Amino acid sequence: MSRQAAPGRFNARRVRGLIRKEVRQVLRDPSNFVVAIILPALLLFLFGYGVTLDPRHYELGLVIEQPTAETGSLAAAFTNSPFFEVQIAQDRRQLEPALVAGDLHALVVVPAAASARAYGGQTAPIQVIVDGSDPNTANLVLGYVELLWANWLEQQSIGHGGMIAPPPISIEHRVWFNPELASRNYLVPGSIAIILTLIGSLLTALVIAREWERGTMEALLATPINVAELLIGKLAPYFLLGMASMALSTVLAVTVFGVPLRGSIWVLTLISAVYMLASLGQGLLISTLTRNQLVASQVSILSAFLPAFYFSDFVFEIDSMPVALQWVSYIVPARYFVSSLQTVFLAGDIWPVILPDTAALGLVSAVIFTVTLMRTRTRLD
Amino acid sequence: MLTRLFALITKELLASARDRQTRFIILIAPPFLLLIYVFAITQDVTNLSIGVVNRDEGRFSREILDRVSASPRFRSVTYFEDADALARAIDEQAVLVGLRIQSDFSRRILRGQGAELQILLDGRRSNAAQIVSGYVLRIVQDYNVELMQSVGQALPATVLSRTWFNANSAPLWAATPALFAVLSAIVGFMVSALSVARERELGTFEQLLVSPLTPVEILIGKTLPALLIALASSAVMLAFSYLILNVPIRGNLAALFLAMIAFLLSIIGIGLFISSLVRTQQQAVIGLFVYMIPAVLLSGYATPVENMPGWLQIVAQSNPITHFIVISKAVFLRDAPGLVIWAHSWPLLLIALVTLSAGTWLFNRRLA
Repeated sequence: MSRQAAPGRFNARRVRGLIRKEVRQVLRDPSNFVVAIILPALLLFLFGYGVTLDPRHYELGLVIEQPTAETGSLAAAFTNSPFFEVQIAQDRRQLEPALVAGDLHALVVVPAAASARAYGGQTAPIQVIVDGSDPNTANLVLGYVELLWANWLEQQSIGHGGMIAPPPISIEHRVWFNPELASRNYLVPGSIAIILTLIGSLLTALVIAREWERGTMEALLATPINVAELLIGKLAPYFLLGMASMALSTVLAVTVFGVPLRGSIWVLTLISAVYMLASLGQGLLISTLTRNQLVASQVSILSAFLPAFYFSDFVFEIDSMPVALQWVSYIVPARYFVSSLQTVFLAGDIWPVILPDTAALGLVSAVIFTVTLMRTRTRLD
Repeated sequence: MLTRLFALITKELLASARDRQTRFIILIAPPFLLLIYVFAITQDVTNLSIGVVNRDEGRFSREILDRVSASPRFRSVTYFEDADALARAIDEQAVLVGLRIQSDFSRRILRGQGAELQILLDGRRSNAAQIVSGYVLRIVQDYNVELMQSVGQALPATVLSRTWFNANSAPLWAATPALFAVLSAIVGFMVSALSVARERELGTFEQLLVSPLTPVEILIGKTLPALLIALASSAVMLAFSYLILNVPIRGNLAALFLAMIAFLLSIIGIGLFISSLVRTQQQAVIGLFVYMIPAVLLSGYATPVENMPGWLQIVAQSNPITHFIVISKAVFLRDAPGLVIWAHSWPLLLIALVTLSAGTWLFNRRLA
């Protein structure tokens, strides 16, 4: 096996020269700014304002077949609820088409005999029909209807001076870390993982694949530079770009979106740096293996971007996925990063979460870099 | 003119069919992505771990915890000695939800004083936490009703729930139509945006320009093949959904395809617009992200449109993916009447008209 001409010892000047060249190249193409600045700002904005899983305004159809004083108080409870936008009708046939068209999330039917049965010591069934084409929303709506009904029962019991017994068990909720249940508080930190993935894997893969495509990589390899210098020189500018993007995102998250940062900046920087390494390594590996921009972009979307989105507990619950996919999620670096990000932002420096995550990320980057080094070296022969 | 156009369309289709990688990306990858990711976006929250601190020794707390353990929604129930141990487990994300029962729980129920069950939720995953608290609430309410009936009391009213369109609340059924819409959009966009960008990068675009084809003919010659390819890809995905995922297609398939043509045309218009804007494939891919990420996030795909602030809802209405997800869900699951499909198809036609004109305008301007 013949090695490259003069690997020599690690030479800081050569690396500096390469970094300078790379930085210029990054600065020259405006599309890099789009990825490093505009895309992060856009993502934070979308997750901060646009996308929300917060409970708010479900469209509800309320059918009261026979209005009485009691059904009136129930209807008032629904219309006064901040969670529902209520349409009232006397016949369910008036509202069913709206449910079919997807304009209503649920239909609540209070049957004609409800009041009479309720005060005759019997139980009146209130029917709730939910639109199952979105089970998540259906469950939430059902939960709110039940909560409202439970509260109404308690009020009725008080109002009737104990004539109606209160339900024996009541529930008290306490939400930690995010008492107002604002989805923004975990979506915004999570989107930092997506941003770093875009810069680390997609942008790096595209840029280096282009060098292979155009043959400038071969020219670079013919110089006395060794593999370690090459990797550092190539990756350092994108590493810095990613960290700058992370800093910008954190500042925006805390100042504009009011997300608390309960952990320390140092821990945040540390885990971001380790994640950035894993992500860069992945981008480099993809570009080395594909050497083609179109394919590199596809592979990095499939193997880095989509998994970071789906298999990281960012929006979608890993615990609810089939076991096979849960196993897949363990090799997705973003999984460890998102869990640490959400903890550092919302809960604090909780080492039992952060240490295993950092160790896993370190392991992933070590494996990726070893493979990349091996691949790059064989290509030099 | 027709012969020229036909020749260009044939050439485009052949170029796409010949390249193995393109073939894979366009025809094979999307259906397989559908199969994998549809399981990932099931938002039905199950398999959760729950932590319990039970100070009570009476039968009521035991019975209620038995019901919680028996629920298929929860994977594991872990008992903790005291509140601090439970708090640590929530901190460390070992459990998502904590239940706390005080020592006088059963006594208070027996005395008719009303007892309290405390639920602790991890706000880092507030969506899952809310859904879980809904599950616990339902278990407790059922138990309440039984307790009251057992002593001869009756609640004045109970809630009976029924789920329409998706009786078992199968999450796959809900996820498939939405993912299908998003993947169709990605294919349509990729085929149109990258084809022009690649020709530009390789320099073959100039050759196309010096041919007798007029700019409009070139645009039609880029649009129609993209439409055909995206339709073929969508047809494969539909077949996969029906045959492998067993998602019912209850509505009118012809109506779905007609709506899909309008949808894909509006996406292709955007793709052509962006491809006129960029010079390299790399920039086209970045353009894909800059357009697709907001478009998918604002489409009601992952989160409901009605939760967005008012002005963003208006933006969402101008997004073709928003409308096509509604149509797709309506046709797959609800067998919605044609009027409902039309209500979301005419906005698609309007958007297609706007994006295709904008694409043509920018294309001509860049040529000048």
